Amino acid sequence: MNAQAKGGGGVPPLLELSGVSKSFGGVAAITEVDFVLSAGEIHGLVGENGAGKSTSMKVIAGVHTDYEGEMRVGGKTVRFRSARDALDAGIGMVHQELSTVPDLSVAENVFLGKQPLTRLGTIDWRRINREAKRLIASLGLDIDPTMTMGALPVGIQQLVELSRVLFSGARIIILDEPTSALSPPEVKRLFDVLRKIRAEGCGIVFISHFLDDVLEISDSVTVFRNGRTVTSEPAANLSKDAMISSMIGRGSIGMHMGESAELAGDDSRPVVMEADAVGDGKLLRDVSLKLRAGEITGVYGFMGCGQIELARAAFGKIPLQAGRILLEGQALSFHSTADAKRRGIAFVPENRSMMLFRNEPIYKNISIAILERIHRVLLKPDAERAIAQTHIDDLQIKTQGTDMELGALSGGNQQKVALAKWLTDLPKVLILSEPTRGMDVGAKEDVIRIIKKLRDLGVAILVLSSEPETILTLADRITVLRKGVVAREFNSGRIYKADLLSAA
Amino acid sequence: MQDEEAGKAGGLKAVLTGQLRNIAPVFTLLVLLIFFSAASPSFLTADNFMNILSQVSITAIIAVGLTFVILTAEIDLSVAAIANAVGISLAYFTLQPEYVNIANLPLPGVIAIVLTLATAVAFGMVTAFGVTYIGIPSFIMTLAMMQIANGVSALLVRGQIAYNYPDLITTLGTESVFGVRWTIIVAVLFLAGGHFVLKYTRYGRYIYMTGGNREAAEYSGVNVKLIIGSVLVIGAVCSGIAGMLAVAYFGSAQQNQFDTYLLDAIAAVVVGGTSLFGGRGGIGNTIVGLLVLGVLNNGLDHIQIDSFLKILIRGLILLSALVINVYAQRLREKS
Repeated sequence: MNAQAKGGGGVPPLLELSGVSKSFGGVAAITEVDFVLSAGEIHGLVGENGAGKSTSMKVIAGVHTDYEGEMRVGGKTVRFRSARDALDAGIGMVHQELSTVPDLSVAENVFLGKQPLTRLGTIDWRRINREAKRLIASLGLDIDPTMTMGALPVGIQQLVELSRVLFSGARIIILDEPTSALSPPEVKRLFDVLRKIRAEGCGIVFISHFLDDVLEISDSVTVFRNGRTVTSEPAANLSKDAMISSMIGRGSIGMHMGESAELAGDDSRPVVMEADAVGDGKLLRDVSLKLRAGEITGVYGFMGCGQIELARAAFGKIPLQAGRILLEGQALSFHSTADAKRRGIAFVPENRSMMLFRNEPIYKNISIAILERIHRVLLKPDAERAIAQTHIDDLQIKTQGTDMELGALSGGNQQKVALAKWLTDLPKVLILSEPTRGMDVGAKEDVIRIIKKLRDLGVAILVLSSEPETILTLADRITVLRKGVVAREFNSGRIYKADLLSAA
Repeated sequence: MQDEEAGKAGGLKAVLTGQLRNIAPVFTLLVLLIFFSAASPSFLTADNFMNILSQVSITAIIAVGLTFVILTAEIDLSVAAIANAVGISLAYFTLQPEYVNIANLPLPGVIAIVLTLATAVAFGMVTAFGVTYIGIPSFIMTLAMMQIANGVSALLVRGQIAYNYPDLITTLGTESVFGVRWTIIVAVLFLAGGHFVLKYTRYGRYIYMTGGNREAAEYSGVNVKLIIGSVLVIGAVCSGIAGMLAVAYFGSAQQNQFDTYLLDAIAAVVVGGTSLFGGRGGIGNTIVGLLVLGVLNNGLDHIQIDSFLKILIRGLILLSALVINVYAQRLREKS
């Protein structure tokens, strides 16, 4: 309301999108997006993964140049051809993954790519350090600009990156998930800085999954759903529940697959594997979890909440710094993934390329995990092919045969091969990270069916995902992780997507 | 009809790009053979052929171990230095003529051979420990090992030259059977054994898979550190055996006598088409690479050419092999 009043009055808004659409290969990512950012405003952007937040912001930041609709900066219609153009127009973006150089000093990072020079053409160190100090101090930070970037906590690094964007003269600043890696005091400091920048008349876009953070810092909030802006209101009029229901759509609760689930945790089932106050020394702290035979335990959390580390720790890929892992009541310490495999633990990582050999035939991809059971010393390729063939039939992998190169398969079929690796002799524990990410509907359903069948055969399964639908479709009980700590557990009863989103 | 042919041509092209790393070295070998046969009447004779084989036989034994190492996407720069140190160790454990002034430790032949082999294994274990346990990149670790092995050589002979070895080694290094030198036979046995292990055993499969995608191998429960450590030990043992035969073959054991073998062994593996990025290639490729190198070195002696130019020509051949190696990898990744 406020923003529109300004737009209608004499002063045009800082930034305005009207009817912007962008599609990738015929699939619409955003449709007719309207968005207004005023000077001196912090504007929260919320929505589920894939709702269109990032795509919209990448249009603004000049990353996506091929879109329909109109963008106006300060009332003037613009069309950026590159991120450089956007930066020149005063638009800067701080991405979720920091783009700082850890081995350089703080000052060097601030001036990265445009170091002031002396008359002799050498770098003007005195000026760099002095200016950097001033810039950082203006954000209310007291850091020595000659310190090495990598030695600072992530929260401070992020602020240094922010000061770089400010230094480049940006008046419109887009922050993508700035709080996901920050501790509460760091979040508070970031917010203090953002308020300071706001007071200077900049416009800030604050993209986040953490709805409490959004409510605290934003003046207004825009909600995205399915590539459209659903609502745009002053933050004062909104509550967390109201945001969640606009994000997932009113009336759709419980109507679709993955919107809700009836949990069926059964405490009488034997515990196969147990994480007891596990920590990795970085992100994970004090995580306890029980995996039971014939049950799927889901771990839900936003990206970077520690699922990836938890899965690796359970498979012996990264060492534990605290706590222990018990298998059938026995405390274990894995020296290698081979150790974990020998104990009957299987793992499929979130990224298929991490566990598949693109240039090798399918049968070698499947047999690699079970070679020692097929043959002691000499290879028996025919036995490998026979095993591969049974998996191809069982899992309905679409291929021209066992000798086809893996890289020629579709993504869903590759994922099935990754699963097939572990299915010749059933593992005791199966750990699946993002098992259905990036798959088409048909392949997704197949994979879900396979996982449930394995559960019914008595395997203890751990599914980790940042997609609530995946967790709700599969899990018998759910643990929600938030910044490396268990935030909440759901063991029985009906649970809705909204419950997961508000717990994370 | 036309479409069908176009499809066929596409298929042939795909095969050619996929097999570039195998086809290019064979093609190079044929070109060299034709060129030298035409350029020199003394080149294409049975005697000279045996000559070439004999000249590459020591390199071949080193190259077998190096093929294992390079297939896992690691490198071993210490092979020649270890061959030298192990060869000198063998002399150190053997009674030398009186005029050789080395404070050595003469032992019965069999024990000398066993101890010398143990030296080779020890070198390999140190490298393996540094690379897998401490995590030093093999390029740097083996550079250090090269210096260490050279240091061991220097300390053992102190500038002297040794001439005596256990009888078994002297026989293998200098004599022939049915007109074929024992070194050639040993080299063929090593090549055959290496090929067998790589292609037909579980261990060989792990080597290829570790080289092809180390992360994927690890996530499939393969103990990649064990695989990498073991190929480094195999590399050292092959070098050591080559060094033992070579000192007998040369007739003397002294410092810095293996200097050309490092480049030759790496060149043989890479010219043959084994991928420097791991996971592709094998002993078959190494054999072709050895022949290319052997024919080139030998052929250049048969034609009238500035002997200083030979060094440059070898460098250029190696460079073109590297270009093909990297290019073949890129084509593969694109397809």
